[in-house]
Amino acid sequence: MLKIENLHAEIDGKAILKGLTLEIAAGEIHAIMGPNGAGKSTLANVLGGKPGYDVTAGTVMFKGADLFDLDPHERAATGLFLGFQYPVEIPGVSNVQFLREAANSQRKYRGEEPLSGGEFLKLAKEKAGLLKLDMEMLKRQVNVGFSGGEKKRAEMVQMGILDPAFAVLDETDSGLDIDALRVVGDGINAIMRAPDKGVLLITHYQRLLDVVKPDRVSVLAGGRIVQTGGPELALRLEAEGYDAVMADA
Amino acid sequence: MTDNLDLQTPEMDQDAKDAAASAAEYEHGWSSDIETEFAEKGLNEDTVRFISGKKGEPEWMLDWRLKAFRLWQEMEEPDWAKVGYPKIDYQDAYYYAAPTKKIELDSLDDLDPEIKRVYDKLGIPLGEQEVLAGVKGAKKVAVDAVFDSVSVATSFRDELMRAGVIFRSISEAIKEYPELVKKWLGRVVPTRDNYFACLNAAVFSDGTFVYIPEGVRCPMELSTYFRINAENTGQFERTLIIAEKGAYVSYLEGCTAPMRDENQLHAAVVELVAMEDAEIKYSTVQNWYPGNSEGVGGIYNFVTKRGLCQGDRSKISWTQVETGSAVTWKYPSCVLNGEDSVGEFYSVAVTNNFQQADTGTKMIHNGRGTRSTIISKGISAGNSNNTYRGMVRVGPKAEGVRNFTQCDSLLLGNKSGAHTVPYIEVKNPGAQIEHEATTSKISDDQMFYAQQRGLDEEEAVALIVNGFAKDVLKELPMEFAVEAQKLLAISLEGSVG
Repeated sequence: MLKIENLHAEIDGKAILKGLTLEIAAGEIHAIMGPNGAGKSTLANVLGGKPGYDVTAGTVMFKGADLFDLDPHERAATGLFLGFQYPVEIPGVSNVQFLREAANSQRKYRGEEPLSGGEFLKLAKEKAGLLKLDMEMLKRQVNVGFSGGEKKRAEMVQMGILDPAFAVLDETDSGLDIDALRVVGDGINAIMRAPDKGVLLITHYQRLLDVVKPDRVSVLAGGRIVQTGGPELALRLEAEGYDAVMADA
Repeated sequence: MTDNLDLQTPEMDQDAKDAAASAAEYEHGWSSDIETEFAEKGLNEDTVRFISGKKGEPEWMLDWRLKAFRLWQEMEEPDWAKVGYPKIDYQDAYYYAAPTKKIELDSLDDLDPEIKRVYDKLGIPLGEQEVLAGVKGAKKVAVDAVFDSVSVATSFRDELMRAGVIFRSISEAIKEYPELVKKWLGRVVPTRDNYFACLNAAVFSDGTFVYIPEGVRCPMELSTYFRINAENTGQFERTLIIAEKGAYVSYLEGCTAPMRDENQLHAAVVELVAMEDAEIKYSTVQNWYPGNSEGVGGIYNFVTKRGLCQGDRSKISWTQVETGSAVTWKYPSCVLNGEDSVGEFYSVAVTNNFQQADTGTKMIHNGRGTRSTIISKGISAGNSNNTYRGMVRVGPKAEGVRNFTQCDSLLLGNKSGAHTVPYIEVKNPGAQIEHEATTSKISDDQMFYAQQRGLDEEEAVALIVNGFAKDVLKELPMEFAVEAQKLLAISLEGSVG
């Protein structure tokens, strides 16, 4: 579903990704772990198409298309969702308004009819319920005055409403307490655990993987995937640390 | 200060010259009785007499105009605003032309495709588009389109009449209600108030007169849409609205559709009077031609708008969305004389390319317990300059005054300018004055976030800008607000990326 080959990317002339290769199949939840500065967030941003990153080599194929031929909004409409580590505030714009416009822009790109206000609200209510987020929160401005946990939950509601084929979730567990972690994890399972969907789950901690069981786990270090294994790899990393595991690799 | 053609660079006054040229062309093609619809080029006492005569005005009105004209000759054009434009040659312009001067099109297919595109984007129905574009024989169609049927329009007029509301062109009102006009014209904005107001007093072409009698709540939003088939009087418009004790009226001025006008110089005057417990809500959407992307052409818009809260507990509220004109010079103000009277000013001003806007308000607190709120949102893109200029003045006898001012500027790109110039004069120590100001940019992070959710670049800018302006847009009447949101987006097209 997502096939990354020999990806090199740099920011301000500094090489961050140095030949990253990774393939994630439909139906797979793939966890990426790795030390700070390894290039995890860069990978997420390059996939999303954030300006400021230069892709110097490599390809990413997504649902049969070359991802780098698409603008960020086109990638979104094709089904790529990026869960932000630091969700951005948009003052004066309610979550409902933001998501309805986003959903309808995506539909327009795909040649589908826009959702009416009523249809959209019904969908929003359903997804908000799934994430235990009340509708009042959706009426608030996008991420304005949200706590860290609220922001992450709101990201998951966005994911639920936009219903992407593939989600790249960048440290979605950071800043969450135990209960919120459970809610977010359940949300990921409910929304993305499907035979035709895929997830690239970037995280530092096993605690999220206790809720969202990964099919495979890769270690990203020095801008490359240095090791890939099953769920047990994450447990080993948690117990022994990156240095020890990577020394064995 | 003398006007000198040699000081002008060739492109500066091109619009005025084009207008003159096209007017001349039309003159040749027309029968003689239509030719007399034009006043000679230039401005002198005869021009003023011609205009007054054309309108069949009574002697007192002509005298009022002439007095204004003589005063104007001794005044100097103000230069304190943060706007630069070539010197205006007041003798090289037309001051009265029949509305039919507007070019007629055979069909919408002949319309400038750029304008057509904007009409479509705004979602303006075809019938209305035809009227706006000046398609031959479109009038009746548009009346039908706007009001469903002529009879509906007529019933609106009947309904107003039954309520006792007087809603006329100012020319009609001068003849039909001379005592009311005489009593109030120039009371809020005196002839000598400023250079442009004085010019308007001498040569105003037409405008609107509204009178709401005591205790009457105007049964509908009064809008210039009602006059879509009335004269096009945009150049030197004069509006006078009087709300008697306990009356209420909401008035909408302007149109979100782009308006082309051959007259480069616009100088309107609006006067509002609110008596005891009366309330006037005045909303404007201004979308005159802003000039092209190189800054050539565009309307110079010098407007004087002022409301007098004369009665106790009266309230005047200005809401404006300013996206057009090459130069905007405009400060809708409130003079708060009545005790506990309230003044409000909500403004969104967008400048793009080489537009310049210097706009804001004056809140003059003379009465006890008077309150005012100022919310100004300036959005600058391209090479434009956007200035908020506002005054809050508290007189010595005005006890317990409160003012809250919020001035926010949003910058797009790195070549535009945002400026905030607040003047605060407080002569009563009990006044509570709050002023908050922010300047921000649309951040790359916001743009990427919105785009990652599926919005394209333009949609993302539009969303962020509309969020920024929300506190003002929500003050607009509902149907206007939706159009205004689209208008903000259109005005900023091409400003990012």
